[in-house]
Amino acid sequence: MDSTIASILLLDGLTNGAVYALLGLATVLVFTVTRIIFIPQGEFVAYGALTLAIFQTGKVPGTVWLLLLLASVAAVMELFSRWQHHRSLPIALKAALKTLAAPVAVSLLAIWAAPQQWPLLAQAAMSVAIVTVYGPLVYRVAYQSLESATPLVLLIVSVGVHFALTGLGLLFFGAEGFRNPSFWDDRFNLGPVAISGQTIIIGLTAIALIVLLWLYFERTLRGKALRATAVNRTGARLMGISTHASGQLTLTMAAFIGALSGLLIGPTTTVFYDSGFLIGLKGFVAAVAAGLSSYPGALIAAAFVGVIEAFGSFWASAFKEVIVFTLILPVLLVRSIYGHNADEEH
Amino acid sequence: MKTFKTLIAVAVTALAASAAQADVKIGVSISLTGPGSGLGIPMQNQFKLFPSTIAGEKVQLIILDDATDPGKGAANARRFVTEDKVDMIIGSSITAVAAAMTDIASEAGTVQLAGSPVGVPAGKDKWLFRLPQSNTVMGHAVVEHMKEQGVKTIGFLGYTDAYGEQWLKEITPLLDKAGIKIIATERFARTDTSVTPQALKITASNPDAVLIVASGSGAAMPHMAMVERGFKGKIYQTHAAATQDLMRVGGKSVEGAFVVSGPAVIAEQLPDKHPSKPVAIDFVQKYEKAYGPNSRNQFAGHAYDAQVVLEKILPVALKKAKPGTPEFRAALRDTMETMGRTVFSHGVMNWTPADHWGYTLETGVMLKVVDGKFKVE
Repeated sequence: MDSTIASILLLDGLTNGAVYALLGLATVLVFTVTRIIFIPQGEFVAYGALTLAIFQTGKVPGTVWLLLLLASVAAVMELFSRWQHHRSLPIALKAALKTLAAPVAVSLLAIWAAPQQWPLLAQAAMSVAIVTVYGPLVYRVAYQSLESATPLVLLIVSVGVHFALTGLGLLFFGAEGFRNPSFWDDRFNLGPVAISGQTIIIGLTAIALIVLLWLYFERTLRGKALRATAVNRTGARLMGISTHASGQLTLTMAAFIGALSGLLIGPTTTVFYDSGFLIGLKGFVAAVAAGLSSYPGALIAAAFVGVIEAFGSFWASAFKEVIVFTLILPVLLVRSIYGHNADEEH
Repeated sequence: MKTFKTLIAVAVTALAASAAQADVKIGVSISLTGPGSGLGIPMQNQFKLFPSTIAGEKVQLIILDDATDPGKGAANARRFVTEDKVDMIIGSSITAVAAAMTDIASEAGTVQLAGSPVGVPAGKDKWLFRLPQSNTVMGHAVVEHMKEQGVKTIGFLGYTDAYGEQWLKEITPLLDKAGIKIIATERFARTDTSVTPQALKITASNPDAVLIVASGSGAAMPHMAMVERGFKGKIYQTHAAATQDLMRVGGKSVEGAFVVSGPAVIAEQLPDKHPSKPVAIDFVQKYEKAYGPNSRNQFAGHAYDAQVVLEKILPVALKKAKPGTPEFRAALRDTMETMGRTVFSHGVMNWTPADHWGYTLETGVMLKVVDGKFKVE
């Protein structure tokens, strides 16, 4: 191995690492606020990339129909629980309509826009919008009524949601994969290494998103409310912060990050309906390495996972996944020896 | 009272007789969900076009999904032999699943017509017949072509699963015999986000050609990675990649690729003297009439060939025994072993007691991707 190969591998690893970092951040975010280990994170990646791929063919993606279905279920659940609570039809109807509003608006726009062959960027924005509104609906349908359950129960629900979304993905997108067109085709030669425009987009988007997240949590009231929920749920509720709203907001952000990651990797690899799981799992490894609590930790760990994966594929491609996932063992060992098991109090 | 008893006896005999003349039941277990669904769904499409009667006998297909799960496949096979009492099992479309069904089928004395190239230890395939070509038959065509092209060294870039492993195992002796060396062996998975490191390593060892062992749209990514890394040698693809998906995903990058294939998917282009030409054209026309232009698929072709088998063996077996009996199942097996030269859409099949693979070495056809289409080399 010479320095050329090493630098190409490093670049490849960091590019993938940037995507894992985004997913790792989303995993940390969801866990700290809701205590859900959010396995379906990867499905949003596949949904984002494949929704764009179907838009490219000029058809209405199946995700739109699922969105409408999911929104109806969520609306009925909302109607029912509000009715039980307030015994007032106007309040219940208003809540249900509020749940329906965004998904229906996005779906109608998508159905109208699909045959018009919009430019790539507009279709990309459309895809992100569709997948993002999945976030609160998934929370409403699958998690909200179990909010105060133990992390184990929430984990089991996550596994169920993961299987449901993967199966539906097969139904909508078929078994074959898609590759999206590149957002930026130019290549730049930096010495021996050729950097593609897409790589630059991935890097910049990852950095921008991380900065935005930081600003959001430090500077906005809602961001601070989420942090408060993460620190102490009961305390936050006493301060008038709704845990329902926090959960839905968190999953909206997670879905947004997932969909964006999907658009980022869509042009660099072939995405299948089940591609998301493994990508999400690598983000999860990074998140676990960071103790499911530290954002900068997850970021560094994700870059590390990406680089290890690249070098592992070069030296022993048959054992690549083994190498990546074995990494988590020493980390867990160190964490359980030196950690204070603070998570158990929940 | 006596007349009543006689009546019952008559009724029972009549019922038994009608049961004995029951339909021919065939249990089909294929992967309609899970990672192998890309292969199982086209087979199911073809089975939907199956005739309802063959040789004047009603044929009932019971299609179950095995979810690309060997455990589920075994459970399906168990259900076929105990509850449905089928006369023949077809499936699975995935090697690992089909292998899990083999023991159950042979225990029950039921023919298993696998839609995947299942390798089992010698002597264990008494009841097992395969519809697809063995990798050796396909590998033969690849190696012959490499010899013609003057290839001396190759790199291997394959799936980390049974498909990749079997290809490597079966093509290595063929390559040895031809004096071609494998100088790099790299693996990847279908859902990997990048194959750049593996492509780098192969490019660094600079072989004359690369053999990519992958299926469908999954075969495009490694191909593109090799091209992107500036690999100038020849790139070969296996028969699982011989679908339009390779070009749909790979686009310009897969131009000039050599893809080995069964004859079915390139029916029209086959030379007139190729025995499979009329059968393959019949398959392609009927399938594409139902599922749209360019929907043809290697695995749908295997399902079509299952029908060819049944049309040939059912008339013979029906003379020997009644459907639903062990004798009938044994008759099916014996007839398959002795049916002789039979033209499939995928080549010429000749099962014998010693060989349950059956295809001749001339079956594999080498294609080249030219302007986004397959052309016979």
